[in-house]
Amino acid sequence: MSTPETQRTEPPTLLEPDLHKALSSSRPPRASGLSAAVSFGWRGMLKVKHVPEQLLDVTITPVMFTLLFTYLFGGAIEGSTGAYRDYILPGVLVVAVTFTTVYSGIAINTDLTKGVVDRFRSLPIWPSAPLLGALLGDAVRYLVAATVIVVLGLILGFTPDGGVPGVLASIALVVVFCFGLSWVFTTLGLLMRSPNATMNAGFMSIFPLTFLSNVYVKPETLPAGLEAFVNVNPISILTSACRDLMAGNDASGDIAITLAVAAGLTAVFLPLTTRLYRTRSA
Amino acid sequence: MESTLAIEATSLEKSFGDVRAVCGVDLAVRRGSVYGMLGPNGAGKTTTIRMLATLLRPDAGEARILGHDVVREADEVRRLMSLTGQLASVDEDLTGQENLILIGRLLGYRRSDAKQRASDLLDAFGLSEAAGRLVKRFSGGMRRRLDIAASIVVTPELMFLDEPTTGLDPRSRNQVWDIVRALSDAGTTVLLCTQYLDEADRLADGIAVIDRGKVIAEGTPAQLKASVGSGALHIRLLDPDQRPDAEPIVARILAAEVHFEPDPAALSAPCESADLAAEVVGELSRMGIRVANFSVGQPSLDEVFLALTGHTAEEQTTDDEIHQHQASRSSASSSERSHIS
Repeated sequence: MSTPETQRTEPPTLLEPDLHKALSSSRPPRASGLSAAVSFGWRGMLKVKHVPEQLLDVTITPVMFTLLFTYLFGGAIEGSTGAYRDYILPGVLVVAVTFTTVYSGIAINTDLTKGVVDRFRSLPIWPSAPLLGALLGDAVRYLVAATVIVVLGLILGFTPDGGVPGVLASIALVVVFCFGLSWVFTTLGLLMRSPNATMNAGFMSIFPLTFLSNVYVKPETLPAGLEAFVNVNPISILTSACRDLMAGNDASGDIAITLAVAAGLTAVFLPLTTRLYRTRSA
Repeated sequence: MESTLAIEATSLEKSFGDVRAVCGVDLAVRRGSVYGMLGPNGAGKTTTIRMLATLLRPDAGEARILGHDVVREADEVRRLMSLTGQLASVDEDLTGQENLILIGRLLGYRRSDAKQRASDLLDAFGLSEAAGRLVKRFSGGMRRRLDIAASIVVTPELMFLDEPTTGLDPRSRNQVWDIVRALSDAGTTVLLCTQYLDEADRLADGIAVIDRGKVIAEGTPAQLKASVGSGALHIRLLDPDQRPDAEPIVARILAAEVHFEPDPAALSAPCESADLAAEVVGELSRMGIRVANFSVGQPSLDEVFLALTGHTAEEQTTDDEIHQHQASRSSASSSERSHIS
């Protein structure tokens, strides 16, 4: 329907021929699930590139933890800062990277509340692609956090007997565990009302989980009830595995349990996240 | 079998807790048309669109988009339609160009083709200069255009536009209207949700007036206006002192009551046709009453809305009101709904 008197009361800034040309496009073949996931991974990388500040959280907190615990509590807990440094360093690696998983939840909540999720959900793509792709961006953060801790440890004089293979193996194990754990926080991110609420709930659960572990203290020094909990806490098991890997000891039992926990978390929370992603509205 | 309808919805219903957001919406939208869904905030427009666009599952009723069921064949529906929602669904932390490339890649374009599509669209939408800028630094109008561009990376057969001009300045609004017209010219069916009567009037071939979760009237803009009655003749005299003399003349020819406007030189009266209006003006000038200007207008859609719903379109409806209204109305029969088309 045309209303000539109302059109063009102002100079047109849209070029009509361009507009029509831009509309006469063909339809490409459907993207495969893998290719869609890779595109979302590319999006994750771009976000790291455009908002490098997000890497600051990931690097500063673990540096602070390492320095604080080594020099403030080292003497009191272990008798010397050097001994304590060697005790907590594998644990701080675990803590630094597990903290980062909370950001997966914050990121997905931001997408939801800003409306980007609507766009992705209305596209004909594999429903899990946005979630798996986002993990690629997360992986970059995990690796940055892990590298910072290891490098800092080396600077402070940490000399792992397991050598380079031991250190790389423990980083790999932590990253795999965090892939599993991050689905818990993406589920949380889809249930909370705002990115801030997600962050609060996320850190409120990850703080006790990491503190009530063998990361900072030996479990045998704890009251019996607490010791029992600490010993079954997956964070303790992962930390033990990393300690053994870095020390060059056999860690196959703890590694197996850690991988099983990661697989279990993924099996439960990936479908849950996918379902919520399809159905939740901001 | 190809359906001739782009949208076919029957008795769609959706509740959120106690609030019945949509309670039995029927829609039939022809392929290739621009169809307006007009209603105030909280009327159920967005919920309806979200059900049609496969983002919400209806509690009851069914809907087919270009022949495909929105629940059972959601993926096929997604291939054919795209949605520009109330929130600009673009990633603020990426540049304009990256946003469009991402959508292109997700839709199956190869990298180079996705880049080409992005740059064509940025050119067409007057965004090429801002292509490398992060979207969070875009103005509202630019963001809205980018959002629409993202919806037509592959030209959809059906486009849902949910309040595309809300919050835009007049210039950006005109640009969005141009885009809608161009889309329609290219054969895309458009479902346009709006609370601006003016917008529906300008763009839509057909309009459904929706209020409190129900379609309360539908038809072409002209039919809707006709449903409230005839238009009106507005006359402004050169000399306000002549208004009392003009009044009986106008009243006699139009056989209607004459209304004195707040402007001391202006008067108006219901008027069936332009011929009668011409007769009035001719008679006035023969009697020596000088007319400064006159116009014959159809009633505005605002008046239509008021006549149909008893309240104006801009009036806000709270969730509580929706609920109360539904409760009091639950026994009302469907004959209440005025069918114009």
